[in-house]
Amino acid sequence: MAVLLLAEVTDGALAMDATAKAVSAAKSLGDVTVLCAGASASEAAKEAATIEGVAKVLLAEDALYGHRLAEPTAALIVSLAGDYSHICAPATTDAKNIMPRVAALLDSMILTDVSAVVDADTFERPIYAGNAIQTVKSKDEKKVITFRTSTFDAAGTGGSASVEDAAKADDPALSEWIEDKVAESDRPELTSAGIVVSGGRGLGSEENFALIEKLADKLGAAVGASRAAVDSGYAPNDWQVGQTGKVVAPDLYIAVGISGAIQHLAGMKDSKVIVAINKDEEAPIFQVADYGLVGDLFELVPELTEKL
Amino acid sequence: MKVLVPVKRVIDYNVKVRVKSDGSGVDLANVKMSMNPFDEIAVEEAIRLKEAGTAEEIVVVSIGVKQAQETLRTALAMGADRAILIVAADDVHQDIEPLAVAKLLKAVIDEEQPGLVIAGKQAIDNDMNATGQMLAALTGWSQATFANELKIEGDSATVSREVDGGLQTIKVKMPAIITADLRLNEPRYASLPNIMKAKKKPLEEKTAADYGVDVSPRLEIVKTSEPEARQAGEVVADVDTLVAKLKEKGIV
Ligand SMILES: Cc1cc2nc3c(=O)[nH]c(=O)nc-3n(C[C@H](O)[C@H](O)[C@H](O)COP(=O)(O)OP(=O)(O)OC[C@H]3O[C@@H](n4cnc5c(N)ncnc54)[C@H](O)[C@@H]3O)c2cc1C
Ligand SMILES: Nc1ncnc2c1ncn2[C@@H]1O[C@H](COP(=O)(O)O)[C@@H](O)[C@H]1O
Repeated sequence: MAVLLLAEVTDGALAMDATAKAVSAAKSLGDVTVLCAGASASEAAKEAATIEGVAKVLLAEDALYGHRLAEPTAALIVSLAGDYSHICAPATTDAKNIMPRVAALLDSMILTDVSAVVDADTFERPIYAGNAIQTVKSKDEKKVITFRTSTFDAAGTGGSASVEDAAKADDPALSEWIEDKVAESDRPELTSAGIVVSGGRGLGSEENFALIEKLADKLGAAVGASRAAVDSGYAPNDWQVGQTGKVVAPDLYIAVGISGAIQHLAGMKDSKVIVAINKDEEAPIFQVADYGLVGDLFELVPELTEKL
Repeated sequence: MKVLVPVKRVIDYNVKVRVKSDGSGVDLANVKMSMNPFDEIAVEEAIRLKEAGTAEEIVVVSIGVKQAQETLRTALAMGADRAILIVAADDVHQDIEPLAVAKLLKAVIDEEQPGLVIAGKQAIDNDMNATGQMLAALTGWSQATFANELKIEGDSATVSREVDGGLQTIKVKMPAIITADLRLNEPRYASLPNIMKAKKKPLEEKTAADYGVDVSPRLEIVKTSEPEARQAGEVVADVDTLVAKLKEKGIV
């Protein structure tokens, strides 16, 4: 059995953490070939070749794959699919966009957000916002899978796989990229950070959200947010943690002014240590918190920032 | 232009989910069911397109058990024009997989010839996030998933998408499959008069067999289990205690 794994490549750079976690998830399924696609992807391919457990790297470098639009990228993967029993990727928004399209083109039912590999046909995945775990056995000849990275440890580096060119596939010419609006930040990336500080509606305004950022910066942490905080414009969309946002499992998660709705818990309840700061002692967040502080965040957060 | 909106009947997002003790699934008997929240957003977007004169007719489609007609009535009460119910299961516990749903929707598209499909990004029961993308593959149409803004200009649509790094804007050729993210709009509530009016709007009932689509699952459910529960910890007295505890654990 052989595995084709779509690496996460953005603007020429490999997202090492997400890709290495997907490699460790996929390793038991067969020899792993990593596909690096992009307008520039050769640096990413070289880096991917160092991930332990990678047998080969395929490099598809073409302007067509520059922004990894779903249609051309899916066509590329399908053109390579013949040799593989499993086709997978880390469950990033890019892969969530591309992989179901790949699966349907292969007449396979996709397995999204897989959290454990039982055997070559059998996988676990969370459903109902993580309130249940389903074990499913796929009857499809080719399995198409996205892996929930937060539940797998990253594969190490030190490997030296070969890099080969992959032929470009046809361009379906259905869509074009216009622009990316990406906020530059020196903070660690949310899904791979060791510490995450998240703010909710309790912050009350975008200005007040600076309290969260100050605490995060003191800790070298990433910043997250609840849906309510994002909807209210206190925080950008890519900070949303939860069932329909990002799933994180850092060593320490600090939830500030967040009530703890199941949709939020779905994105953070596998964190190692959870701290909650909330003025309502009945808030459900305290049911999952290791340490709770009941009180006004506007007093507690500055004090905490100072004392750390 | 005709707009097709697939709407799924799912457990209400407020309900606390219970896993059945025999591990066969989640208990859905006598549980409050509602329209998938993302599909409310999709219906709302279609209505706004109609109000803006971009769309002429909104057809909503639901696939599943007979009771899904309640979900369709809700969509009609919000402002959709016509509904199609495709009965594909008798038991409320039987979920129809995105691949089968996409095949049925493709068959509806062949008949109805819409210019646009707006689906939800994700059904909050199976959390698949797959149907729109699969439908785009089967139709050979363009796709723009996780949309938070949609502008239609002639034979293309400009869509802003919520992605891991922030926002991405793409331009897709029509006809297209769009999937709605949370911040595309805020869906309206159906007013009482509109709920009454919706009862008279056409709701056509079909079966999966009518479209010749095999809906038998590709994924056999081996078991459904409860996740490991997290133990509640302690409430600490003050910031100093918290800092001491975190230092003791070696995390800060
Ligand atoms: C389809 C769908 C998908 C969703 N996806 C997500 C998701 O991915 N992520 C997500 O987070 N949510 C999601 N939600 C929303 C979720 O249901 C909740 O509405 C949301 O998480 C609430 O955010 P919050 O805790 O910030 O706000 P609230 O529930 O309003 O809580 C605010 C908290 O702040 C506390 N507070 C207020 N002032 C202070 C103060 N001065 N000091 C201390 N504490 C204070 C209050 O006691 C309260 O507990 C989704 C909902 C739906 C329907
Ligand atoms: N059984 C169904 N009936 C109608 N629409 C559906 C059904 N299943 C999925 N959909 C549509 O596809 C979207 C994504 O669902 P999913 O891929 O299951 O997460 C939903 O938000 C609906 O718009």
